[in-house]
Amino acid sequence: MRRAIRLPLACGVVFLAGAGLAGLLVGPVDLGVGEIARSALAHVPFLHVHSPLSGADAAILWQLRAPRVVLGLLVGGMLALAGASYQGVFRNPLADPYLLGIAAGAGLGATLAIVYGSGVVESYDLVPLAAFAGGAVGVVAAYLLGRSASGGRSTAALILAGVTVTSFLTAAQTFVQQQHSQSLQEVYAWILGHLDTAGWHDVALVAPYIAVSAGVILLHRRVLDVLSLGDEEAASLGVNVRRTRFVVVVFATVGTAAAVAISGLIGFVGIIVPHAVRLVLGPSYRLILPLSLLCGAGFLVFADVIARTVLSPAELPIGVVTAFFGAPFFAIVLRTSRSFA
Amino acid sequence: MTAISLDAVTVSLDGNTVVEGVTLDVTEGEWLTLIGPNGAGKSTLLRAIAGLVSFDGSIELDGEHVDRLGRRDVARRLAFVPQSPLLPPDMPVREYVLLGRTPHIGPFGSESRKDVEAARRALERLELERFADRRLHTLSGGEQQRVVLARALAQEAPLLLLDEPTSALDIGRQQQALELVAELRTQAPLTVLSAMHELTLALQYADRLALLSQGTLVATGAPADIATESLLAEHYGADVQVIANGDGPVAVVPRRRRERG
Repeated sequence: MRRAIRLPLACGVVFLAGAGLAGLLVGPVDLGVGEIARSALAHVPFLHVHSPLSGADAAILWQLRAPRVVLGLLVGGMLALAGASYQGVFRNPLADPYLLGIAAGAGLGATLAIVYGSGVVESYDLVPLAAFAGGAVGVVAAYLLGRSASGGRSTAALILAGVTVTSFLTAAQTFVQQQHSQSLQEVYAWILGHLDTAGWHDVALVAPYIAVSAGVILLHRRVLDVLSLGDEEAASLGVNVRRTRFVVVVFATVGTAAAVAISGLIGFVGIIVPHAVRLVLGPSYRLILPLSLLCGAGFLVFADVIARTVLSPAELPIGVVTAFFGAPFFAIVLRTSRSFA
Repeated sequence: MTAISLDAVTVSLDGNTVVEGVTLDVTEGEWLTLIGPNGAGKSTLLRAIAGLVSFDGSIELDGEHVDRLGRRDVARRLAFVPQSPLLPPDMPVREYVLLGRTPHIGPFGSESRKDVEAARRALERLELERFADRRLHTLSGGEQQRVVLARALAQEAPLLLLDEPTSALDIGRQQQALELVAELRTQAPLTVLSAMHELTLALQYADRLALLSQGTLVATGAPADIATESLLAEHYGADVQVIANGDGPVAVVPRRRRERG
């Protein structure tokens, strides 16, 4: 088992490093690998390496590109990891946090903040907060509805509750959006997802949530394999099924809410990345979880590189890129893989 | 020594009493089989013992109250094989059997060499080594049944609970599965509590039978005392003939009521 994870893990790290490097290199201003490396070493004390970059170039590298890359890694890794863990605890290949009301709730929260918040407070800070709160409200509503419907026994009831809450919140969001068509473009841009406002401030805001969530979820990787035997057998093997499901869902949701609050509703990452990993490496969550984290992180940074170069100097919404390039890629994986469970 | 001790065990599911006031002792090392018509509460009683449904009354394993044992403690003493286990189709046999080691591994730990060795032994005892790298969905029904048994054995619990271990198998595979359990009992001390529909197999393999009907325990005793035409007629509503040879009863055969037209 341990030997079996080394090669995929190494590949994942290489992919991640490649994505990070591409994110730092690609842009309107040409920066070479060597210059970036020396500029990085210049930040290390006692080495006495002098940065070859001019002040402006250094600012582009360290204040624009680097935080954007790091945010992309955090958000992409979190979305993919959360999707994989949802699919595991619900034993449902289509489950991801978006389905359980978080996307619609965050969408409504952000829309309300954009429409009514401007002028009241600095809306730039209000939107993430409102999106985070809206996402939390959506998930809690779905959870309470699902529980009251089935007493917590049926995961299908929970997912149906998520669909119900999502429909309702989306209707509310659409209504508010239609009533204030002057902010339509801003709302729409938020919904399609973006990494463009990123500064180190944004990174610092989400990093703690994502780090803790990812850590807790990864601790459960073997337990998720046990859960794939069904609730009853997992319980007969000594696992507290309901507590495990609750803990994993809470942390996956908090991490996702943090990611969504900063970057909007970047779609597709939570479904496509875990499934691609599963189709290549098999059904063990001990591989799926860490590899989803690495591949999701790399995938989103590559998608962002594409989003800001294709129509440069304009930017494509990153959600468009993840779907446009992700779907065909997924189709190829689906066709060439041995089986799909 | 009493391996399992039930005292006035009552189980209600959604307000319906499914098992009522069952008092029963299973002796260490014996094979006791629960029989009874559909809906008699056999599976529910097994699930209560395995800690999967809540109950009133008391259940003790080796003299210790299950309520006072943690989940993992129960799982180390008792392996449960459900009637239709969920088999993740793409999981390799070896990994599936290794999951049986869960109660011996910390909540966030991973398998030690000892666990891998225990799983290897379980595969070996059930002659499954050559299937070790096969995916579960490529196995036949009989092979899958053996793999599930291997997972239970890897748990290394002294108590084995089998819910309808033969229900999905043809007569040859039924015999093989039960012979296998009988053989395992000769290799290591193992107490078996099973629930079975198939009366002929139940009376051939069990040391004792316990007859459940409408949630209550009607009779317990040697197969010859329980598998009688009158008891089966009363509780199954069945007209049967119990066929015996020199060793006692060997088969329960239904009697056709109407002459062939």
